[in-house]
Amino acid sequence: MKVWQKPGFWLPLVIVLVWGGAVLLIHQDTMRESAFVLLMAVGLASSLNILLGYTGYVSFGHIVFFGLGGYTGFYLLSEQGWPLFASAIGGGLLSAFIAGLVGLAVLRLRGAYFALATIGINEAARAFVSNFEPYGGATGMFVNFSAYQKYGGPGPALWTTFTFLWITTMVVLVASYLVKHSRFGLGLLAIREDEDAAMVMGVKAPKAKTITYVISAFFPGVIGTLYFFKNGNIEPGDAFQLHMSIEMLVMVMLGGMGTVMGPLVGAVGYQWLRGYLLTSPIFKDLHLAVAGAMLLVIILFVPAGLVGWVRNHVQRLQKVLE
Amino acid sequence: MLDQLISSLTDGLLLGFVYGVAAMGLTLIWGVMSVINLAHGPVIAMGMFGTYLLFTHLGVNPYLAMVPVAGAGLIAGLVIYVIAVHRVINAPHLSSLLATFAVNMIIIGVGTAVFSTSPQNINYSLGSVEVGFLTFPASRLVGAFGAILVTACLYLFLYFTRAGKAIRAVANNRMAAELMGIPSSRVLALSFGLGTMMAAVAGGLIATFFPFTVLSGGPYELKSFVICVLGGLGHPLGALVGGLMLGGLEGLIPTFMPVSWVPVVEFGLFVLVLLVRPSGLFGAK
Repeated sequence: MKVWQKPGFWLPLVIVLVWGGAVLLIHQDTMRESAFVLLMAVGLASSLNILLGYTGYVSFGHIVFFGLGGYTGFYLLSEQGWPLFASAIGGGLLSAFIAGLVGLAVLRLRGAYFALATIGINEAARAFVSNFEPYGGATGMFVNFSAYQKYGGPGPALWTTFTFLWITTMVVLVASYLVKHSRFGLGLLAIREDEDAAMVMGVKAPKAKTITYVISAFFPGVIGTLYFFKNGNIEPGDAFQLHMSIEMLVMVMLGGMGTVMGPLVGAVGYQWLRGYLLTSPIFKDLHLAVAGAMLLVIILFVPAGLVGWVRNHVQRLQKVLE
Repeated sequence: MLDQLISSLTDGLLLGFVYGVAAMGLTLIWGVMSVINLAHGPVIAMGMFGTYLLFTHLGVNPYLAMVPVAGAGLIAGLVIYVIAVHRVINAPHLSSLLATFAVNMIIIGVGTAVFSTSPQNINYSLGSVEVGFLTFPASRLVGAFGAILVTACLYLFLYFTRAGKAIRAVANNRMAAELMGIPSSRVLALSFGLGTMMAAVAGGLIATFFPFTVLSGGPYELKSFVICVLGGLGHPLGALVGGLMLGGLEGLIPTFMPVSWVPVVEFGLFVLVLLVRPSGLFGAK
């Protein structure tokens, strides 16, 4: 196995493996909750990075796939009595399917037009789900209590959900690495640099972009199902928060877009910072403003993100950080 | 039935004028520098609070208060441009989107700390106007009139002053304009200032209709996106027409189906127009 000799491949994976494994071993509820939030952020940021970092297409409303997938998975789980694993995959597949349909049309737009269209899709989906009766309309759905029984009650069910999320996060990281280092991924990087030139050189841009969009939509759908099952309820306001979508972008940017390690570093860094600002007595009223100021400094002065900056400045780490 | 239809249509159209002004600021900035200003919503909210503070604490008439609010909006825009936008003006779109979003976070953060998120309103009524079977609040009529006035001023400025002509030149071709000796950085800063000024004025006008909070700018920012795309990104007059269309739709749809379907139609139309005619319904091909 050649990939195992590449630290860029196994380093992020080992970090998540040890981290999640430690949480499972220590078996403490508060620790699981904070690890859940962090791993979810890592998974969402990494799947967004597959589209944003490799093709350069800015999906501002990527949270729509989290919401739609989450809704579908939740419906399958709670109303139809599917097992958690199958519903999560079902949620992911629906997101991927929608991304395939929408992507064919929307990915023809470039730059800011694409960004605007994704915002529109998110808002349209939110408004549609608020009116869609099978999904509970504006009030949303509550989990059917019998869904917990399969996993031995609510407590153990939360641990099962965490384990699934942990595995999903690792799968996202593997997918991110494999996409980046495949022939397909090289085509994507070419699209990012100059789409017209890439097409002249024989990259089938529309197809490649749509496949990437589908991949990066699948995982948020899975994660959405797990998250809303953990919460016990789902409603349109929580599922399609534009704000969360932008937080995902910030995480990718903070860590370094187009790198496998970046979203991991960015997501953990962002959530840690947010937690610190929210609880610190000096900043708690101004936490949003302070976070905004930091974001601005990073955009203006460190546009490559933390991982990108380290890669550019420390030669020896270039092989370790992918 | 027909009476009701006409009255809700008029109501929507009057509101549409004000939506148009908010969108005009966004479309002006886009047209000149290809930046989507995600700090647009908070600036609208700032306009609301500026008018509110001048009215409740200093007793200034809310319509007169819009003059200082416009001035403050212009200055705020210049400051935002210099600090946040100028460095990323030639960077990929993601940078300018996130830079303006960072400004959004800062304004909302400070705004929430100062004003909290409890709703406020401007308690100033002009009574209502009756025309035939139509009855509507006079503030809507004044708002629409103000919106037309602002649009006219913008047009006179863009077409009949030196600075306005410089803005149009830079929007057309920045490189060529620079070769003709136009200081493009200053022109870009001025355009950004004008864009936020329009947002602040629109905020002030909206504040005379509805109660508002620090976060109220968000929905109007989204509406502004829809309007800009309907009217063609980068065309100020298109924004006014787009605003009227959106206002009209918002007035008409509730007579046919539940109000909660309005956003579905709005954003569906938005995505459709982007796909079929990204240059807008009235933009050049």
